[in-house]
Amino acid sequence: MNWFTTRKRSAESAKERLQLVLVHDRTDLTPAELESLKDDLLKAISRYIEIDRDAVQIGLERDGRSQRLVADIPLRNVTRRHAG
Amino acid sequence: MAAQVITISSGKGGVGKTTAVANLAVALASDGRKVVCIDGDIGLRNLDVVMGLENRIVYDIVDIIEGRCKLRQAMIRDKHYPDLYLIPAAQTRDKSAVSPSDMTRVCNDLRPDYDFILIDSPAGIERGFRNAIAAADRVLVVTNPEVSAVRDADRVVGILEAEEKGTPSLILNRLNPALVKHNDMLSAEDVLDLLGIQLIGIVPEDEAVIIGSNRGTPVVTEVKSRAGQAFRNIAKRLQGQAVPFMELEQQGGLWQSIQRLAGRK
Ligand SMILES: Nc1ncnc2c1ncn2[C@@H]1O[C@H](COP(=O)(O)OP(=O)(O)OP(=O)(O)O)[C@@H](O)[C@H]1O
Ligand SMILES: [Mg+2]
Repeated sequence: MNWFTTRKRSAESAKERLQLVLVHDRTDLTPAELESLKDDLLKAISRYIEIDRDAVQIGLERDGRSQRLVADIPLRNVTRRHAG
Repeated sequence: MAAQVITISSGKGGVGKTTAVANLAVALASDGRKVVCIDGDIGLRNLDVVMGLENRIVYDIVDIIEGRCKLRQAMIRDKHYPDLYLIPAAQTRDKSAVSPSDMTRVCNDLRPDYDFILIDSPAGIERGFRNAIAAADRVLVVTNPEVSAVRDADRVVGILEAEEKGTPSLILNRLNPALVKHNDMLSAEDVLDLLGIQLIGIVPEDEAVIIGSNRGTPVVTEVKSRAGQAFRNIAKRLQGQAVPFMELEQQGGLWQSIQRLAGRK
């Protein structure tokens, strides 16, 4: 392994690891809890509207000292169902 | 005169709280300010040795609180600065001997006669930390550019915000510019971005700090020391002066973004 690439990673991986750890520390939400939250959320939404599960993106984002739960949930087009 | 009470905390132990208190106290005193430092680390007294005052201790903070001496009797005058005092921690007691209201009372008694009261907080987020922040008008959080230290600092920042103590300022201690340059250490910019708080100073790793604490003479008295310069700058900022951030040689143009993050631009 190249000396420079090995070196380069340590500060970067420190930063990436901290980003994840801090978001979970601050929200008191474990990665497993976040997964089941996502699951419940999608189940609830699916009761009303058809969603494209594979394209769903839900995650915690940092914004200065506050956290937000950001969800991007694409909906399925229902024209076909109505037509058929 | 009404002193500003400033507590130095960290979360993780050994990151440089006591070093910071001793150096900032000496720097403020050499700028002509009247300063009292309080060692809040009950049971693990240390500020006395870092300041070189261990031979002068008669009474400690628990003696004041429990009425065995007058406040002034427990204040040890510095060897070089007549307006710099230390109130030592008790060595044979534990943190339960002091309550947050005791600390507030001691600080309020001191406030009229001094410019700055600096409190050295113990590591952790338990009773001793709660005591140390009780009277604080302002908190400085010390961290090192390392994963565990930054994580613990974030916990402390969160608790301070929850307790409505305001957002603290950051002292980033033991930064090694050469390691940062090789991407083997978190940069000041990284740490500020992660913690989301304001910077008050970056103190480089400097062996003069250890030599100074061996002698009981804080490094801030060393004109040539980079760490000493960093502490002198922080002391000026505490007095309300806008001192530009040091360009830590090998860090290139980073300091501009640091100034931006610190809200000074
Ligand atoms: N900038 C620096 N460069 C080199 N060494 C340093 C620097 N800052 C602190 N140190 C050293 O790090 C060690 C720990 O410092 P210090 O005792 O101030 O930490 P602390 O946060 O008060 O620890 P504790 O949590 O145990 O109270 C000391 O040996 C000190 O000399
Ligand atoms: Mg200490």
